[in-house]
Amino acid sequence: MSARPSTMPVTHIRPGARAVSFTLDEVWQARELLYFLVWRDVKVRYKQTALGIGWSVLQPFLAMVVFTIFFGRLAKLPSDGVPYPLFSLAALVPWTYFSTAAANGSSSLVGNQHLIAKVYFPRVLVPLAAVLMPVVDLVVSFGMLIVLMAWYDVAPTPAMLALPLYVALGVLTAFAVTLWTSALSVRYRDARYVLPFVIQIWLFVSPVAYPASMVPERWRLLYALNPMAAVVEGFRSSLLGTPGPGAMAAVAVAVIAAALVTGTAYFRSVEGSIVDLA
Amino acid sequence: MADIAIKISGLGKQYTIGAREERYDTLRDRIAAAAARPFRRFAPGGLGATTTIWALKDVTHEIRRGEVVGVIGGNGAGKSTLLKILSRITTPTEGEAEIHGRVGSLLEVGTGFHPDLTGRENIFLNGAILGMRKAEIERKFDEIVQFAEIEEFIETPVKHYSSGMYVRLGFAVAAHMEPEILIVDEVLAVGDVHFQRKCLGKLDDVARSGRTVLFVSHNMAAVQRLCTSAMLLQHGKLIRVGDARSTVAAYLGGEARGGFLAAARTGEPQILSADLEDLTGRPVENPACTDAIVCRIRFTLPDRSPGTRIGIGVLSCDGITLFTTSNADAGFPCPSGPGDFDACVTIPPNTLLAGDFHLALCLWNQGAILDLQEPALSFSVATGDSPLYAERATRKGFVHIDCAWSVTPRVEAPAGMVSSR
Repeated sequence: MSARPSTMPVTHIRPGARAVSFTLDEVWQARELLYFLVWRDVKVRYKQTALGIGWSVLQPFLAMVVFTIFFGRLAKLPSDGVPYPLFSLAALVPWTYFSTAAANGSSSLVGNQHLIAKVYFPRVLVPLAAVLMPVVDLVVSFGMLIVLMAWYDVAPTPAMLALPLYVALGVLTAFAVTLWTSALSVRYRDARYVLPFVIQIWLFVSPVAYPASMVPERWRLLYALNPMAAVVEGFRSSLLGTPGPGAMAAVAVAVIAAALVTGTAYFRSVEGSIVDLA
Repeated sequence: MADIAIKISGLGKQYTIGAREERYDTLRDRIAAAAARPFRRFAPGGLGATTTIWALKDVTHEIRRGEVVGVIGGNGAGKSTLLKILSRITTPTEGEAEIHGRVGSLLEVGTGFHPDLTGRENIFLNGAILGMRKAEIERKFDEIVQFAEIEEFIETPVKHYSSGMYVRLGFAVAAHMEPEILIVDEVLAVGDVHFQRKCLGKLDDVARSGRTVLFVSHNMAAVQRLCTSAMLLQHGKLIRVGDARSTVAAYLGGEARGGFLAAARTGEPQILSADLEDLTGRPVENPACTDAIVCRIRFTLPDRSPGTRIGIGVLSCDGITLFTTSNADAGFPCPSGPGDFDACVTIPPNTLLAGDFHLALCLWNQGAILDLQEPALSFSVATGDSPLYAERATRKGFVHIDCAWSVTPRVEAPAGMVSSR
């Protein structure tokens, strides 16, 4: 049948979880599988729902309405001189992405157990696909944001070019969180109950309902340890011209890098035993 | 050309059983203990007691390129663990293995199928999961659809497929992988006879194409037909390696005894024991051809389970099932339980020819196997003073079936000699 390749790849199987931990090259080799995993989740996501893709618009939209009534009108939170609905939606779009991706990613290994138990592929593709899938929702809800900008006569500026950078930072943050939580939840199903609560708190320590400028200057860097603060502020500033994250972005990059490195290390250390644990 | 495809040295896998419900006080303790987490299918032992079990121990073997190796052994012998380690699904506790070439493993048919996706979509998804490139799947797409015989349902979500169609599609995708090394676990036990034959044919092609195949099966006839050699595992140890025929014979002969006795009561529906007797109830080990052979099977149904069936299969010395029979053949139902029961099945005299036989026992309900012991016991049938051997001391075949004969001169033909053989 097929001609035998002249160079045969050699696989070594050794004891210890680390022996099967993934390498970047391996992930690159499996990029088509990554594509299919994302594609599967996108296809299946809104099957048998009445609203379909409308859900990805409805969630941030309803949150915006509630935020505008309670935080904008009643609590009169400042909004950096931008109409409050636009101000909050510009933050809710990246935030909704993050909370969906983190929730999705955390349950991904457990949810794909049947696959992991029956076939080998770099396990890291599972959380990676889970955080990439909601990008589709992000794009759709971004369309709604553009419509709202037009409604309020806010024109995009060249600052918009920085937008992909902040989106990338958001994806990396979600991925870093997911590396930890997905691996932890294999052993500790507690993660399933803890995470929604953490995400809820996280929303309020991120500048979604209020601007980061409300945080006193001397606390700003401490505040920036939450990388989502820079992501949300950056996303909003590149569209609406509000004050950008500034130095907060640098802190965020450092925190994300550290979380990615440690998360990868932890993930690799449990990767080999996922089948035995789950 | 004796180049090595798979080199296994001292491979072992240990599981901890019995510590599942234990509580850990610190995360550190938990992480340390997590590494030794029990495997799901092992039931917890005494509370808090930690026992370890070697699912696989000290397995060393070299498999040459192009070899088709059958992996055989009883339940819990470590066959699946070995395949899982070689497929990199789980890691060994000790030892190592070296694999030369791309590995394709087929441990289950239709891995990763999503019920909401169509047949077409699942072919791509499943192919990618099995390690095929998109271009490769596109190239083989028509062939796969044709092999699976699901042309008209290709745009239908697989949740609407019959189980047969589902399995056919799953196997069809896997059958079109082209790895250098193919690892296959008992997947032929599914599907109808026509499709099973087709699967075996495909595996035959793969084997002939010079690829290395590792094949776990309980189907001894398939192992002997497909495999050039076989590995016999018992309690996690590799106890014999050799050509397929003799290894299968060793397995069937070694595993089975004159009687069968279950190791322990599991609390599940279970076959407890089986013995051979003559018509007067005396135990026999080597019945003669002319004797009726009574097999007395004791089984237990801990809960009420109407529709349960008890059956036996008579296997030839090299593992081919000669015939099977169950209480349903006799036209009466099993008691539905709960309780312990005795089933007696009588093989009529002059049925089994002289030779070695194995007996498989099975307890099932609505297609779900509750207990399967294969082979449960072995016995030899002696010629005795059977008229079947009056003319010559040996006969071809395994069973005797009473057939009617007549030999008469042909009316139209000119008178001549017509003789029987």
